[in-house]
Amino acid sequence: MGADAWLALLADPGSWQERWSDIRPHDLLDWKRPKPYEDMIEAAREEGLNEAVRTGLARIGERPAWLGVFDFRFVGGTLSIVAGERLARGLEAAAASGVPYLLVTASGGARMQEGVLALMQLAKVNGAVGRLHVSRTPFFSVLTDPTFGGVSASLALMADVNIAEPGAAIGFTGARVIKQATYADLPKGFQSAEFQLTHGQVDMVVPRTELRRRLIHLLELYR
Amino acid sequence: MTDTLSVWQLVEMARHQDRPYFGDYVSRLVPDFVELHGDRLSADDPALVAGIGTWHGRTAVFMGNQKGRTLSERLHRNWGMMHPEGYRKAIRLAHQAAKFGFPIVCLVDTPGAYPGAGAEERGIAAAIAGAIMEWFTIPVPVVACIIGEGGSGGALGLAVADRVLMMENSIYSVASPEAAASIVWRDNARKVEAAEQLQITSRDLLAMGVVEEVIPEPSGGAHTDYDAAARALDEALLRAVQPLLEEDTQLLLERRYERYRYIDSLIGAAEHFGPKVSAKALAE
Repeated sequence: MGADAWLALLADPGSWQERWSDIRPHDLLDWKRPKPYEDMIEAAREEGLNEAVRTGLARIGERPAWLGVFDFRFVGGTLSIVAGERLARGLEAAAASGVPYLLVTASGGARMQEGVLALMQLAKVNGAVGRLHVSRTPFFSVLTDPTFGGVSASLALMADVNIAEPGAAIGFTGARVIKQATYADLPKGFQSAEFQLTHGQVDMVVPRTELRRRLIHLLELYR
Repeated sequence: MTDTLSVWQLVEMARHQDRPYFGDYVSRLVPDFVELHGDRLSADDPALVAGIGTWHGRTAVFMGNQKGRTLSERLHRNWGMMHPEGYRKAIRLAHQAAKFGFPIVCLVDTPGAYPGAGAEERGIAAAIAGAIMEWFTIPVPVVACIIGEGGSGGALGLAVADRVLMMENSIYSVASPEAAASIVWRDNARKVEAAEQLQITSRDLLAMGVVEEVIPEPSGGAHTDYDAAARALDEALLRAVQPLLEEDTQLLLERRYERYRYIDSLIGAAEHFGPKVSAKALAE
């Protein structure tokens, strides 16, 4: 499910005000193989996609909220400089105003084509998450399928309430890589939302159909 | 040295089995080093050695990945790949350093966090994320140096610092070349091509503004002369830590935040983003 569909599902109709949609990715490392990064960006843009994270203000059950929504269709929802910048600006704005922050993740991790600068986004956004907590602003994270690598190892699991979608795969290293590296047989349901609930990483598993109602309730409780 | 080697030769140099490890450096820099163990939750992670000792006349906390040289040592140290307990130990000792006002030195040498089932079951993602977030709150000088491999979030969990340095023949990357090749080609045999595109050498990182200083190694590499490599590291660390000791704590934390907040500005990203937007302006 793309960012637009998530916004339609969660935000009050007509309340979405997107911010910083004008900042765009660039091929800073001159990445050419197996596919030129510029072509990947261009192809995604032709599909009408605008980076792996979109951010802005909306209302949910008439309460204001800052939103950061990943879009897996844009280079696997990977955390890039632009994605990190949009997240950090939204988190800072939420911290400054006290308006709750809602994150919806869907990401394979950091974007390889932006190299170590993509890795640095983990620190950029987690610094901002720390400030959000210090400002005593509520932070809710909705983890959807999949959430891995540099996104699970940065802001995704740092919320006051972590909410996973049923069956979503959530982890740091993907199961394929773990099998390659350790020859381990992984149990059924390894890294599923339910597995993460059992292992203490998420607070609740909530189906999509009940998500908006649950968020409205949480916004009410954490006011 | 760096000028004459290919990127892949540099990767091999960074991983050289005779390359000085954390233990080789700490024994030279901090002769009275006392190792401290455990995360106080469940375990001690041998992939991270951490402790305390006298460094240039003051007490400092040193921590770093230890890879191990013999097979049994490598198994024990897990090739320097940390489990969640390692990141939790690091943060426990960071808080302890803060309590006593000791500066912290982190020497990073890991291909990444351990990609295993146990690490996942015990919350490796949240352990790394928590460490990255927590480093921003530690009100004492923190200096990190990549001494061999700096791989992925597993390395960053030990490298959120006021100054980040790199030994000349070390690498620092969003993912190991093998992992990056596996992600973009679905074939980790393309590791050399991946390494070339990722821009992971000390010179690349200095140019991007991700590290403040590259520490020259003895000709032939750090493994040819441990004493000379340790002296160069010691001097660079001291140069980095000293001005930070003078700094006001609030300012120190503010600058650490800004170091990462605007870390991509040098490469030109700032021009694409337009002027920096202050949080205050956003709230209005």
